Amino acid sequence: MMNNMRRGKMLAVASVMTAALGITTACSSGDTGSGASGSSSAAAEKITLTLQTFGGGTNFGYKAAVEKWNTEHPNVQVKYNNLTDSFENVYWPQMLQWLQSGTGAGDVVGIDEGGMGLAKARPQFFTDLGEYGLQSRQADFPAWKWENGVNSEGKLFALGTDVGGMSICYRTDLFKKAGLPTDRDEVGKLWSGGWEDFIKAGQQFQGKVKDAKFIDSINTIYNVVLSQEAAKNGNVTYFDKNQQLIVDKNPAVKTAFDLATKMSGSGLTAKLQNFTDGWNTGFVKSQFATLGCPGWMLGVVSGTAGDEFKGKWDVATVPGGGGNWGGSWLAVPKQSKHPKEAAELASYLTSPEAQLLAFKEGGNLPSTIPAQDNPELQSATNEYFNNAPIGKIFGPSIKSLQPIFLGEKHAQVKREVEQVLNGTEQGSVPADQAWQKFVEAGQKAAG
Amino acid sequence: MSVNLHTQRADPAPPPPRPGRHQSRSRRRFWSQLDLKAAPYFLISPYFLLFAIFGLFPLIFTFWVSLQDYGLAGGDASFTGLENYSKLLADSDFWNAVVNTVGIFILATVPQLVLALMLANALNKRLRGRLFFRLGVLVPLVTSVVAVAIVFTQLYGRDFGLINWLLEFVGVEQHIDWQSAKWSSWIAIATMVDWRWTGYNAIIYLAGMQTIPKDLYEAASIDGASPRRQFWQITLPMIRPTIIFTVFVSTIGGLTLFAEPVMFASNRMDGGATGQFQTIAMYIVEQAFRNFDYGYAAAAAWLLFVLILLGVGINYLFIRRIGGAK
Repeated sequence: MMNNMRRGKMLAVASVMTAALGITTACSSGDTGSGASGSSSAAAEKITLTLQTFGGGTNFGYKAAVEKWNTEHPNVQVKYNNLTDSFENVYWPQMLQWLQSGTGAGDVVGIDEGGMGLAKARPQFFTDLGEYGLQSRQADFPAWKWENGVNSEGKLFALGTDVGGMSICYRTDLFKKAGLPTDRDEVGKLWSGGWEDFIKAGQQFQGKVKDAKFIDSINTIYNVVLSQEAAKNGNVTYFDKNQQLIVDKNPAVKTAFDLATKMSGSGLTAKLQNFTDGWNTGFVKSQFATLGCPGWMLGVVSGTAGDEFKGKWDVATVPGGGGNWGGSWLAVPKQSKHPKEAAELASYLTSPEAQLLAFKEGGNLPSTIPAQDNPELQSATNEYFNNAPIGKIFGPSIKSLQPIFLGEKHAQVKREVEQVLNGTEQGSVPADQAWQKFVEAGQKAAG
Repeated sequence: MSVNLHTQRADPAPPPPRPGRHQSRSRRRFWSQLDLKAAPYFLISPYFLLFAIFGLFPLIFTFWVSLQDYGLAGGDASFTGLENYSKLLADSDFWNAVVNTVGIFILATVPQLVLALMLANALNKRLRGRLFFRLGVLVPLVTSVVAVAIVFTQLYGRDFGLINWLLEFVGVEQHIDWQSAKWSSWIAIATMVDWRWTGYNAIIYLAGMQTIPKDLYEAASIDGASPRRQFWQITLPMIRPTIIFTVFVSTIGGLTLFAEPVMFASNRMDGGATGQFQTIAMYIVEQAFRNFDYGYAAAAAWLLFVLILLGVGINYLFIRRIGGAK
C-alpha cells in the first residue's frame, strides 16, 4: 500500500531517469555509430553536446553564449540544461552519482567552488584538458583561478567561469517606505561603518515596515560575512590547507556565525532559506528588502523576481569590505563521448568573449583577465537593477579577489552547518546551544 | 461423494497394451509427466527469477556492502566486519530517524485504518449512488504521490498556506512553521499519507465485508442485536484476515515512508534543520548519496529490514486479538 506509494515514487524517478538516459544515450550512441569514421574531422557529422549547470534565475548566464555557439557550429549543437538551483543538496550529489556510475553526466558540467576540492581529488572522473591543448589558456586567468582547475595528478581538468565579488542588492521601493535613502551611494554610506551600521539600518527599517523583513535569510548573510572574514583569516573556512577541519578554531567562521545569528535573533530576517521554493516565492511576494549579492546573484534576483520587479532593485556597496563567495568551473567528464568537442566548448564558454556575454545576461563576474580589463565591463550598467553601474561597483574589487581554500569535504560540511543555522532561525535549535551544535554538525559531516 | 463417483465412472478401464506402440507411449507418458510435474514450476519461474535478480541479489549484495567501509564517490572499499552496525546503533541521528518513522507511522496508520473501517461499513449499507461513492473514495489513489506532496506542502506553507489562513479564523494569529517542529511536521506528513490511502483500505475492507454471509446479520437482527453490536461481533471478527493484511502492508509502507517527507523538505534528505521529520529511508539515502558512505547506508538498510520484521510481528500479535476471538 504505502509500499506501493514509495515504489510509485521510485518508479516515477526511475522512469524519468531512464527516459533521460535513454534520450542521451540514444543520441550519443547514434552519434558515435555514425560519427566514428569522421572523428578526425570533427564537424563532419552532426553531434549534440550536453551542458549541465546549476543555480537559480539565469544561473551561469549562458543563454546568449550557447545560442551564438549553436549558430556558428551547425554540426556541434549544444543542449544547455540547468538542472536545479541547489548545488550542495541536489546537483552535486546527483552529479557524483553519475560520475561514479559512468553515465548520466553531460559533456560539459559546471562545478561550484564548494565541489572543487573533491573534484580535484578524483582525477578518474574528468578528462585531461591538456590533451586538447587547453594549457594555452593559462595566460587568460589569474593564477589562483587557473591552479584550482589542476587536479591532484597535476592535470588540467577544469576552466574557471566566474568569480564572486560582493555587494548588497536592495529594494528601493521598500527602502522608501521605511524612510531610508534610496540612492545607491547614500545607501552605501548608510552602512559604510560596517555590519553594525547595517543592523541599525535594519532596525530602523523594521520599525516602519511590518509586512517585509530587512534580510532574506540567515544563510545568505552568513555566507557573505564568511567570505569577507575568510579573506582576513588566511583564506580558509572549514578546512585548513592540510584538509584538517577547523570549523571550531577559525575566527572567520565564528565571526560570521555570531553576526548572522545576531541579525536573525533580532528579527531582521524573513527566515527563508536560500535556494528553496519559499525563498523564490519571497522575491515575488516582496518578503525581504536586502540580500547579499555576489556578481552571479544579480542573475538569480532578476531571474527569480521577474520583470514585475524590474527597476525596483538596486545595488549598493557591501559593509565589511570585499569578499569572494562563489564562482565556478567547467569540466569535461571522462564519460563524454566527444571529449574533443566538449573541451572546445568548455574553452569557448570560459573565453573572455563568452564571459562578457554571461556578465551582460546574469551579472556573473568574469574570471579571465582580458574580460576583467575590458572597458565594456568597466562601464557596464544593469538595466534590471535600476541601471546600476555594476562595472564600477564590482570592477575595482574583482582583480584583487583572494582565492578561498575549500577542503575536499567542503560541500558536505557547508550543508550540515548551515542546516544548524536554519534550525536556530526556526527555533528548533536553542540559541544557547547553537554554536556547539554547529561545530558538532561540522565534525560529523567531516567524518 | 458425487464428485468421486463421477470420476470413477468417467475413468474407463485401460485397453490392453499393444506391443508395437509401447515405446512411443512411454515417451508420451514421459512428456505428459514432465508437463504435469515441471510445467507449474516453469510457469511460476519468471517471478522467482526476477525476484532472484532484483530482490535476493540486492539483498545479499547490500549485506556484503554493509560489512565494508565503502565510499561511493570514487573512494576505496575495505572490509570492516560489523563496525558499521555498531557505529549505527550508537548514532543518535539514526535513532532520531527511527523515532520519526515510527511516530509518523502511528500518527498516520491508526486514524487511517479506523477511518477506512468506518467508511467501508458505511459503503456496505444500502446507499443511493453506491458505485459513485465507492469509486469516489478511490480517486485520491490515482493521483501521483509527488503531486499530492507538492499540493499539501503548499497548503502547509508558512506564509501563504491555506491551513495557516484557516487557522487565523479560529484565532491562531501566529503562523505555524509546519516544517520546523516535530509535532507539526508529523501531522502534515500523516495527513498526506491518509488522504491518499484511506480510500484504498476502505475498498479492501468493503470487499472483505461483502464475503460475510447475510444470514449471520439476519439471525443477529432477529435476536435483537443492535447494528453497533453486529459490527463488533460479526463484521470485525469476520474480516480479521483482511485487517491483518492491511496492517502488514501499511506497516511495511509506513516504515519505508519516503516520498512525502522528501517533498515536504523541498527535496532535501535531512528532513528539517534538526531532522524533525527525517525518516529511515531518507536517512539511508542521505548516507549513501549525500555523504557517499555506501557501507553505512547499507547497514542502515538492513536494520530497517529487521525493524520491519519486528514491526510486522508486533502488529500481528495486536491484531490477532481483534474481536475477542482466539
